[in-house]
Order: sequence, then structure tokens, then C-alpha cells
Amino acid sequence: MNYIPNTDADRAAMLATIGARSVAELFRDVPEERRFPALDLPPALSEMEALRELQALSEENDHLGQLSCFLGAGAYNHFVPSVVDFLLHRSEFFTAYTPYQPEISQGTLQAHFEYQSMICALTGMEAANVSHYDAATATAEAVIMALQISRGKRSRVVLSPTLHPHYRQVVRTYTQGMGIQVVGDDVPASASLDALAAAVDKETACVIVQNPDFLGRLYTPAEMQALADKVHADGALFVVAVDPISLGLFTPPGRYGADIALGEGQPMGNPLNFGGPYLGFFAMKMGDVRKSAGRIVGQTVDAEGKRGFVLTLSTREQHIRREKASSNICTNQALMALAAAIYMAAMGKHGLRTAAELSYHKAHFAADLIGKLPGYQVVSQGPFFKEFVVRCPQPVARINQFLLDEYGIIGGYDLGSDYPSLRDHMLLCVTEMNSRAEIEALAEALEELPNLDRPTEEAADD
Amino acid sequence: MTEPLIYEICQAGRRAVSLPACDVPQTPLPAGCEREELPLPEVSEIDLVRHYVRLSQMNHGIDTGFYPLGSCTMKYNPKVNEAAARIAGFAMLHPLQPEASAQGALALIYELQELLAEIGGFAAVTLQPAAGAHGELTGVLIMRKYLCDQGESQRDVILTPDSAHGTNPATTSMSGLRVVEVPSDRRGNVDLAALKTLIAQHGPRLVGLMLTNPNTLGLFEENVQDVLRLVHEAGGLVYGDGANFNAILGIARPGELGFDVMHYNLHKTFSTPHGGGGPGSGAVGVRDFLADYLPGPIVARYESQTFEVAETSKVSSLRWYMPPKSIGRVKAFYGNFGILVRAYTYILMHGAEGLRQVSENAVLNANYLQARLKGVYPIPHGDRVCMHEFVAQGILKAAPGIRTMDIAKRLMDFGFHPPTVYFPLIIPEALMIEPTETESKETLDAFADALIQIAEEARTQPELLKTAPHTAPVKRLDEVRAAKDLVLCYAPGCG
Repeated sequence: MNYIPNTDADRAAMLATIGARSVAELFRDVPEERRFPALDLPPALSEMEALRELQALSEENDHLGQLSCFLGAGAYNHFVPSVVDFLLHRSEFFTAYTPYQPEISQGTLQAHFEYQSMICALTGMEAANVSHYDAATATAEAVIMALQISRGKRSRVVLSPTLHPHYRQVVRTYTQGMGIQVVGDDVPASASLDALAAAVDKETACVIVQNPDFLGRLYTPAEMQALADKVHADGALFVVAVDPISLGLFTPPGRYGADIALGEGQPMGNPLNFGGPYLGFFAMKMGDVRKSAGRIVGQTVDAEGKRGFVLTLSTREQHIRREKASSNICTNQALMALAAAIYMAAMGKHGLRTAAELSYHKAHFAADLIGKLPGYQVVSQGPFFKEFVVRCPQPVARINQFLLDEYGIIGGYDLGSDYPSLRDHMLLCVTEMNSRAEIEALAEALEELPNLDRPTEEAADD
Repeated sequence: MTEPLIYEICQAGRRAVSLPACDVPQTPLPAGCEREELPLPEVSEIDLVRHYVRLSQMNHGIDTGFYPLGSCTMKYNPKVNEAAARIAGFAMLHPLQPEASAQGALALIYELQELLAEIGGFAAVTLQPAAGAHGELTGVLIMRKYLCDQGESQRDVILTPDSAHGTNPATTSMSGLRVVEVPSDRRGNVDLAALKTLIAQHGPRLVGLMLTNPNTLGLFEENVQDVLRLVHEAGGLVYGDGANFNAILGIARPGELGFDVMHYNLHKTFSTPHGGGGPGSGAVGVRDFLADYLPGPIVARYESQTFEVAETSKVSSLRWYMPPKSIGRVKAFYGNFGILVRAYTYILMHGAEGLRQVSENAVLNANYLQARLKGVYPIPHGDRVCMHEFVAQGILKAAPGIRTMDIAKRLMDFGFHPPTVYFPLIIPEALMIEPTETESKETLDAFADALIQIAEEARTQPELLKTAPHTAPVKRLDEVRAAKDLVLCYAPGCG
């Protein structure tokens, strides 16, 4: 099946107008010995056959519609109101591209202006762009922006060890040709914000902290402000990666000194989708907007004085500035930003707070239950939001296999793979999607485990 | 037609969502952490739905009408792709769940890696990059790291033609490398003499060339083999910008032409919806000697011997694999998986013959439109066959005051999205037209007729063009004011 309306008669008429004898003739500029290679692809399927094949493939996966999930670690199972996907499927939104022609793109532009407004409201910042690929690339772009704001005079970037491991890896990938130092995260995950502050100096372009951090720990606004003051005293930018759902309840980064607030927008209205498409949200101070990356929508008026919206500050961007652009980003995650906007509008000030409260109370309930089980210890100290760390009596991979096979539960994240000191430590996540019964079933399953034989070391490393 | 902002339709106390009551004991909030106010909207569900439906009606999409936006491949987005992407066993997967519980998803990724490698003529593919520009960054970092590993870390120059997309030079800078621009010749190709001179000048510093082929003039490089040979002889590598791959599916394989790295724009060539600016997917293919440098994890097939009671059998399983010399991760997790499902579906339904028909008809449609507009608008390279797109100019001798932007805005009144305007930069008053294969002859004729009528109007009633659009929700917007008096968010809270 293809989607080509041309009939043989159409093709003949068109070739006559062109003055060509055959379609093949149109490819005469392609080197003859390389022209028309035979592609070894499976035979074309009808729609019915394709859907059957895809359905069969999907059935080799165990999905969250069948399982209860206590896994987060950067991708979160939050409730998505039905209106979000329904509205997202308006094909006028869905099948448009970047709104280069504003007069016939006011829908996208206004929705994105509202997205920017709601991101600013949520983070307590002054300006926002219309998305990065995800939080990891948004973090890398924050680093590049900080380097540009320092006009190349600063070449050190300090990352918290409890910034998401993927975000730290992507920062290193992006900056590998830039001749800068990325430091700060070679200390144990238990290091305090004070230790991070000690790594900041006059060469530092920015400091990046996650709150709640990768281990779920929530830093108080006072702790964050103290770090911000130290960072600012050294003339660096303070960048905070934040869980947007936590902002339904807790003080936003704009109230404790953040110069840039960014994060993973997936929890706002986007399904888990095995890791993408997600979106990185990115909010900043007005004074830094001209150094930032990505699409930004601004308000203006039309020839009759009516309010309207356009892409603005394009002179920062690659299609105008080329090698001097603030970033190479072009296509972004616009549709996911629209989903996040609809989500924020639908949840509203009360719904988002409720989702955050439910996640908070359920996570604490789960931590209390699990902390009482023999062999388990909740090692999270101080406040946390929806994720917490549990020391387990068995290797995490083995526990997760057991939970999945015997109870239909997706267990937590194995922290040993990123933090050697946290071997046998599991990061559990609880949201409003987890019922009390699910949490109790998790505790019951975990309680059974210490009674199983501990595997040999070889098996544990498998 | 205007629509109030979501904040302007708020009323305190309205709700669009209900969540369950808390079924666990409550824990006091930590002291000093609670936020004071949360200035998000308060709306009812019906107001929310009408707001966004009305906004959608102020948009032009492919499903609304013809969208010949050059270099963006605005082809029809098959609805079966949406059905496939929404299958629960794909949409409801957590990226970090045990790989044994997601073998279907790993299989889809593995198969798509293999299919794209076959279509492009490459040895290995990563699906992690999220967009074309992201794929470019990936590819250039691979080239850089490979050359560093060869002891050639002094190489820091990338050549880009003057017709290149802006992302090419921007990517080069982001990779810590220098851009040197190569001029085009009179036929729209890379100027071979100039290329030779630049290579002689920068040879030992050369990382390579970024080349879009067909280029942004819609022309297949007539000397592509010579261009690639010259770069390779100087020890450089060639990056292929796959933005225009829709022209050559089953027509030529870039890996066989000698490109070392290329990104595929799955959202263009493989029909995934553009979403108002994204998401995309910028998969990257490489020749064999670069496979170890790909970002990951990618999916690999592992075969292991299992010894059962009576027999030995081979069991294959799909596992995440980090290439040993990888440039590192370019994104969290594995890529825009939801987009990969759509692209995979598209390839399954086309097969080899179907994909070749895609390119044949895309090129036929573009040449037909070019033929119909010859003599009405200047087409600087109209003496050549074009590929999937061509570049005309909004320059009308009989109407010297009319500019490309006026023609573009007037096209809106006919129900068409304008072509890409003022790009490529080397063609003054450019109108870059890419019809794609999914448009019928009737649509192409209607579009050509509209452009011919507009050329006539430009002579007889230029004001009609200058004041266009007339039927859009708003008149021409003041972009200068937007950049000067920055208003980037709605200020007052609503309650």
C-alpha cells in the first residue's frame, strides 16, 4: 500500500508536460552504475496485515496496562486526562510544521504562547522556550548557554552527582569538542550541597542541580537559595532540573535563585512510549533570552491592530545566524509541548496540586511499609517527593525478575549500575496511579524475597 | 477570528479533571517547602475543549490543504501509523523496564535499524537522535572522534556548500569545529574548482564535508562521485544531510555513493506527523568503520548456546548494546520510540517497490510543477531536471514592487500553505517548492493556476498581494514589534 494518487494516465499527462519519455529519465543525474539498486526489504503489506504484525510484536511486551509500575528514574507514570490525546489529534495541529507562516499558524503559536506562560507560572521564571528534545538535551543546551553568557571566559561546568545519569552523559557528549571541564559528579551520591558549593570557582560557568534529585531527595528552598548565593557570588549561573509534577506542591526554582529551570516535561500529558517522544522544558530570566536556544513565541499585533503571535528572536537561530547560532536545534518536540500545555490547563492549579499530593502521600506510605520489612532499609534521609531509595537483601535485578514473574509488578531502578556504592539499592517511584492495594502487594512480594536463596556472585552479576 | 487566551477564560472554582480521593494515610509536608501560589488556569472541560478546537481551526495542516514547504517533505501522514503507535504494548512501556519484558519493542528497534541500513546502504544505524539537527550533531561528533582516534586531532574544518541548511554550519560550531563555505557553480552543483582550492588550503585540517544531496536547490549533484573522492583523498569524511532523502528511495543508496555518515529524517521521508514543529527522529547511519562510534544504546542480537536435556539449541535474544568507541549518549533513553513505530509501519506497508514509487512520484510531481511554472516565475535552474523540489523566484518584471513574501501571503487566500521562502540564501526572493508524492495532479494544477493568477494580479492589482492574506484568521503580523517589545508570556495570574 502506498499513498500516491497519481494514476498511469496522470503520469503520462505529466510526463508530456515535462517533455520526458519516462519517469526513469528524470533520474539521469544519478550515476548510472549506482542507479536503481535493488533493496532487500520485506514484501509490502496491506493495512490489515501491517496492524496484525505490529499487534503481534506488541504482545511480546509486558506493558503498564497489565502491570503495576514502581519504576520512575526520569520517566513517570502519571495520569493523562482523556482530553489531552483527543485534542492533540486535531489534525490541524498534528499535521502542521513549524509555524513559519504565522497568519495560518495562529493555533500552534497561541497554544505555544500559552505553554510558555504556564511553564513560567509553574517554575516561577520569566520566560520559556517551546521545548527541547528532552530534559537531557535541555541540560546540555543550558551548559552551552552558560558558556556563551560567560563569553568564553569560563570553561568549567559543575554537575551534581545526583543529576540524572543520562543528563550528565549527554552534557559530556555535547561538549566533547568544546575543550571544557565537566566536574563535580565524581563524588558519592550522598554528598551534600555544601560539597557541590565547594567545587564552584571563578572559572565556573554554571552549576546544575536536580530537585528533587535523581534519588528522590527534596532540597528545601533555604538549602537551594544558600547554594544559589554561593554560585552567584562566583559569577556562575545556577541551573535547576526539576520534576514538573513536584511543582504542584513545592516552591518553584524561580523562588530560590535559579537562573535556568528545566526538566522532563513527559509527566505532563505524555505517555511513557518506551522513552520518547518526550520534551525538555526550559525556563529562564528575561535578560538571558537572547542567548538561549530553541523556538520562542512572542505576542504582537496584525495590520489591523489585533493581537496575534509569531516566532520571535529568530536571529538567534540556525536558519538566520548559521554558524553563529546559539544552537543547531530546528525541529523540536512541539506536539509534546502542546500536550503539556493542554495537561497544565486541564489539571489546573487544583488538579496538579492533587496529583502531587497523592504522589507524595502514597510514596511515603510505601516507604513506611517497605521500611518495616525485615532485610529492607529505606535509606533516603530528609524529605523526598515521590521516589525513595531502599537497600535490598538481594540484587535488584533478581528482585525485579521475581516481582515481574510472580506478581506482575515492575520494580524499581537498579542504582548500582550508576553508583557503585549503591549496589543492591533500588529507587522506587510511587505516583497517583498506584492504588493502596498495589502498594500493599509490592510490600507483600518484597517480604517474600529474603526467604529465597541469595544467588551466587556469578549469577548476581549476570 | 481571534480566541482569548486560556487564562482569559478562567473562573475560580472550575475544574476539568477529577482525581481519586487519597486512599493512604497522609504524611505532613516537609517544613518550608510548600509553594505559596500556583497560577495555573481554572477551566471546565467543555471550555478547555472548545478553546483548543477553535485554536486548531486557526491552523493550516496537511490534512487541511496542500503544504508545499520546501525541504520539509510535508507528505500525507497515514492514519494507520497513529493506530500502530497507540497500541498499548508500545505506548505503555517504561523505557527502563527489564529488557526481557520488552522484547517486542527491542525487535521493532532492531528491525528498523536494519531496514534503514538497507535503504541507505549503511552498515549500522542508531535511532537515538530526536531530529535532523540532532542527527547532524551525532554524525559530526562521530567523524571528529574517529579522526582523533586516528591521531588526526588537528583536523577542525568542515566544508559546507553555500546552499546548505543553516543547521549544517550551526552543528559544526556546536561540535567545536570551524566552518568553511564552498560556493555553488552555475549549474547549482558544488563548484569543483573552488572545492579543490579549499581542500588544497585546508587539507591537513579537514574533518570533511557536509553535503545535502539532492541539494537545497532540488538538484542532484552532477559530480557527486568527484566531490566525495576529492574529500576522501584529502583524508576527510563526507556527511550526508538526509533532509532530501525522499527523492532517492530505491533510486540511489548514499552509502554506495560514498557517504560515510548520514541522518534520516523519519518525520519527513517516512511520513511521521510534524506536530507543529516536532517531534522528529534523526536516525544516523554509518559505514562499517564508524559503527563502533555510534551513540547508544542500540539494539544488538545476541546468540547464546543453551543446553537442554536432549539437544543443544541456539536462543537469540535482543539486548541493549553500547558501541565500544561510542561518542556517548545523545539523548536520555533510546530515541523517539513513538515515531519509530510510525516509520516502521510505513516501511512495512511500502516494501522496496512502494518506496521507489514514493521517490519516483515525488520527483515527477516536482518536475510537473516546475514545467507548469516555467515562463511565469524565474526558475534559475529550470533547465535541469529537478528532484523532489525546485526553487523559483518571486520576481515579476511586470510588477517590480512585488516580493516573494507578498506572493506567499496571497497563496494563503487560495487555501495553500506557501512554499519555503527566502531559502536557500543563494537565490534571491526564493520560493522553494516541494509538492511530495502524496498530492494529486488536480492539486498541483490548482496550485499552479493560483500562482499564475497571482502573477497576473501582481501586475493588475498589486494591492491585493500587498495586503494579503485576506481570509486568514489574522492579517499580516508585525514581527519587528514582537522582537522589539518582547511579550513572551501572559502576565497576570487568574485567581
